[in-house]
Amino acid sequence: MSRRGFLRWSASVGTAAAGSGKLLAGLRKRRTPGGPAARLSPSAPGAAGAASRESLSVSAERMVRTGCPSHNCGGRCLLRVYVRDGVITRIEGDDRPGDIVADPQLRACIRGRAYRRRQYHPDRLTRPMKRTGKRGEGKFVPISWDEALDTIASEFRRIKAAHGNQAFYVPYGTGSYSQTNGRQTAERLMSLFGGSLGYYNSYSWACISAATPYVYGTAVTGNQRQDWLNSRYILMWSWNPAEMRDGTNTEFFLRKAREKGARLVCIDPRLTLSAAALADEWIPIRPGTDAAMMTAMAHVMITENLYDAEFVRTHCIGFDSGQMPTGAEGAESYREYVLGTRDGVAKTPAWAEAVTGVPGDTIARIAREYATTKPGVLYQGYGMQRRAYGEQVVRAGCVLAAITGNVGVPGGWASGIALQARDGGPFWLVFPTGANPVKAQIPSFLWTEAVLRGTEMGPDDGLRGAGRLDTNIKCIWAVACNALVNQHANINRTARILEDERLVEFLVVQDNFLTPTGRFADLLLPACTQFETWGVEDGWKYGDEVLLMPKIVDPPGEARSDYRIAADIADRLGLGEAYTQGRDERGWVEAALDRFRKTRFPGLPSLDEFERSNAGVYSVPVTKPEVAFADFRRDPEKHPLPTPSGKIEIFSKRLLDMNRPDEIPAVPKYIREWESPFGPEAAKYPLSVIGHHYLARVHSTLENVDWLNEAFPQRAFINPVDAEARKIRSGDPVRVFNDRGTTVLPCRVTPRIMPGVVAIPQGAWWTPDADGVDRRGSVNVLTSERWTPLAFGNAQHTIMVQVEKAEKD
Amino acid sequence: MVHQYAFFFDASACTGCKACQVACKDRNNLETGLLWRRVYEVAGGGWEKRGGVWVPSVVAYNISMACNHCEKPPCALSCPVNAIGKREDGLVFIETWRCIGCRYCEWACPYTAIRFDASTNTVSKCNFCFDAVDAGAPPACVAACPMRALDFGDLDALRKKYGDVNRIFPLPDPEEAGPGLVIKPHRDSAKAAAAEAEVANWEEL
Repeated sequence: MSRRGFLRWSASVGTAAAGSGKLLAGLRKRRTPGGPAARLSPSAPGAAGAASRESLSVSAERMVRTGCPSHNCGGRCLLRVYVRDGVITRIEGDDRPGDIVADPQLRACIRGRAYRRRQYHPDRLTRPMKRTGKRGEGKFVPISWDEALDTIASEFRRIKAAHGNQAFYVPYGTGSYSQTNGRQTAERLMSLFGGSLGYYNSYSWACISAATPYVYGTAVTGNQRQDWLNSRYILMWSWNPAEMRDGTNTEFFLRKAREKGARLVCIDPRLTLSAAALADEWIPIRPGTDAAMMTAMAHVMITENLYDAEFVRTHCIGFDSGQMPTGAEGAESYREYVLGTRDGVAKTPAWAEAVTGVPGDTIARIAREYATTKPGVLYQGYGMQRRAYGEQVVRAGCVLAAITGNVGVPGGWASGIALQARDGGPFWLVFPTGANPVKAQIPSFLWTEAVLRGTEMGPDDGLRGAGRLDTNIKCIWAVACNALVNQHANINRTARILEDERLVEFLVVQDNFLTPTGRFADLLLPACTQFETWGVEDGWKYGDEVLLMPKIVDPPGEARSDYRIAADIADRLGLGEAYTQGRDERGWVEAALDRFRKTRFPGLPSLDEFERSNAGVYSVPVTKPEVAFADFRRDPEKHPLPTPSGKIEIFSKRLLDMNRPDEIPAVPKYIREWESPFGPEAAKYPLSVIGHHYLARVHSTLENVDWLNEAFPQRAFINPVDAEARKIRSGDPVRVFNDRGTTVLPCRVTPRIMPGVVAIPQGAWWTPDADGVDRRGSVNVLTSERWTPLAFGNAQHTIMVQVEKAEKD
Repeated sequence: MVHQYAFFFDASACTGCKACQVACKDRNNLETGLLWRRVYEVAGGGWEKRGGVWVPSVVAYNISMACNHCEKPPCALSCPVNAIGKREDGLVFIETWRCIGCRYCEWACPYTAIRFDASTNTVSKCNFCFDAVDAGAPPACVAACPMRALDFGDLDALRKKYGDVNRIFPLPDPEEAGPGLVIKPHRDSAKAAAAEAEVANWEEL
């Protein structure tokens, strides 16, 4: 009381309170426009409350329920967007009554809640522009749409005549999934124009999507999430849904599972937001060594007889030498690898301790807990598979799930990529891109190879659909794509490649902002946001709902939807009719709803009804969660897996036959990474960097939103042990570097990361100074373009660096 | 009849995602630098080398906090121009037009809820989204929480539902102000003092 004792507790409170009534009276009765909330679902079709149009007449403010702008965020949420005089005035969340586990509210995260600051950002692109300086300098002048579209049409024709259709490339980029905004609109035009070089795989899930089917024959390995409430033990391995979401409400379901008594353990180099709030225990692990810990857990289970021997016998192959597939009888079984029968190295917890940095007794305890607290979940996050031998950790986790008998049972979890719907998960994109006449496909991560030496690429570089390419990539049309420069590995290398106008001859970039990718554009086109055109989205990965995205406000300046831009180009190429089929954006949303209705959402209302209801979302309550492999579990003979053996392939003869045992072993193994604390490179670059997902962004989208930067500023996270050794204090700018590049950014010294590891949140926009040093903390100046052996995937978290204190600017 | 509105905060479930903070900013049009609801990251403890490996004894949790609309609000008590009042339902409000920018209230508030805006030379703070609450809707922060870690209601009712804890490390002694606050502690909060934990994210606040 002392410091404020001079003020008396007295009349001031009472006086003000008496006056407050009048002040507040005028604000008390405020009408909520847009009608009350109600659920639109199979049990209550069309029961979605008062229509919005009536309220339009009585109030200048209207409210539209809409799907949150559809980026690659890990969520699909419901927003209530308030509009007055054509301007969005505020954004609120899902207000549907009955927030239950079977059909919970779809509450948006900080990114969606901050969206107004992106929508009305002063840097929005509003006019087409053409490059004036050298490519990559970022100098542009505004031009008319006519000039832009004519230039594109003539360049497309020229390049097609000179190089053929394999020279065109619409790159991987995940800026928009609303159907009428996003790269798919360009792909459709390319299909009509004779085709473009295709790609497969992603920067998110390369190894997990490629490796999971080698074990289970399918990517549909997940139970529906509500089933976690039946689990007694959940290992969150490299899994951080609180920051990357991984499905709206995933963190909420985990909370519910914990409340029901499940024990949750989080294994991660960082004490993540998830580890702090969702888990009972955090186990830090050295990046890139997760497969070693998994292998040692198998060692404990085998030597202590804790594995499910009966399930292994009836449902798996390759566990021991008694159950090897035909033609591989003499090969090393999983048991032999774990026990070290052939290589002389028993993969004990003590062995793994030296590799992983996790105490051996902790490894043994977690092995016992997971093997005996059933049913249990070993959920594999994606960060640990974006690494040098990311395929191994995927398969090693699947094997633990299999040998503990957690496959095909409620409360269990088969691991792997864990798509859930029987048809392979959500649709993400249903906008029809048409059949691409060019059959050749490259792995998405190898596009720079196809620019530099496409004609030399073959199956060894993951090329599919053709023996060789006829041409290198000559034309890139990047739509909602900052992956080309900012999210691809080794930005300095990518920049050098794109700067050379003899390689890529024509580069069009379409976006809301001048991104680091946009800096390299020959033509830069202003795209509208998802609030400015019609769209529709379904649930992220888990897909139990469809969210409508009506056009809410007009785009600024001359910005257009990606669909409209592609349609306008199509017109110039004489393909207008074929491209649009007479539809506008809303018309394609109608077609998309039709697709949803004919497949997973038979009760979906018509677009008119959906719009009129202002419900925003159609959800399917999950009252009886699906359990993957339940049939196979019950009767493996009658319901075999789609693997060559019909069983869970702990040993894969397909992988054996690739004859690359050091990098693609037939049983999952720990393989030391090509950059690691254990190699000679560690003398120069002793610290591992991981580029985790950050709440301030969706990859690189939302990078420039002030409210998000205020909440989660960009910085490097470093342990006090490593900081003290370098005389670094919290808040100091640090220089993080290796042979590929340097970035300078502030640091946060925190015990929430293990010694030897630095975290730089991925997605910050590359901002080189005059010396080529990035000043924003863009982790991809440090990453390597080297790809993983089996999936041809990105290994962007396998990085070694040095860190030193930088001078303050 | 509500006598004293209050917030419930579940520290055991809060991830620190700050959806509450930004929902508040959007609803109240708060420029960058102005935070009516804030999320304090509490972190501490350290690492010890045992054998060849580093072993952590780290504590980490979050405290999401706006204005606690105290029963005996020190801010109101400190205001020389009677600009801070309390409604019959307990909500503490600022009549900005009276504010002279002396910042005594900011100094007096034990929860750093009062925020000074140099551009207008006035203070402001969480108003409990009183217009929404009066209309029967929850405050923006409560409705926003993806973890459902926030609730609101009459203080007595919240205490019946969630218990009567209103202080976890490092919050100040609640005795004097009587905050409208009920907390479910995080498992680490009992260990935080011994671990010499502190608010780790002042640069975000």
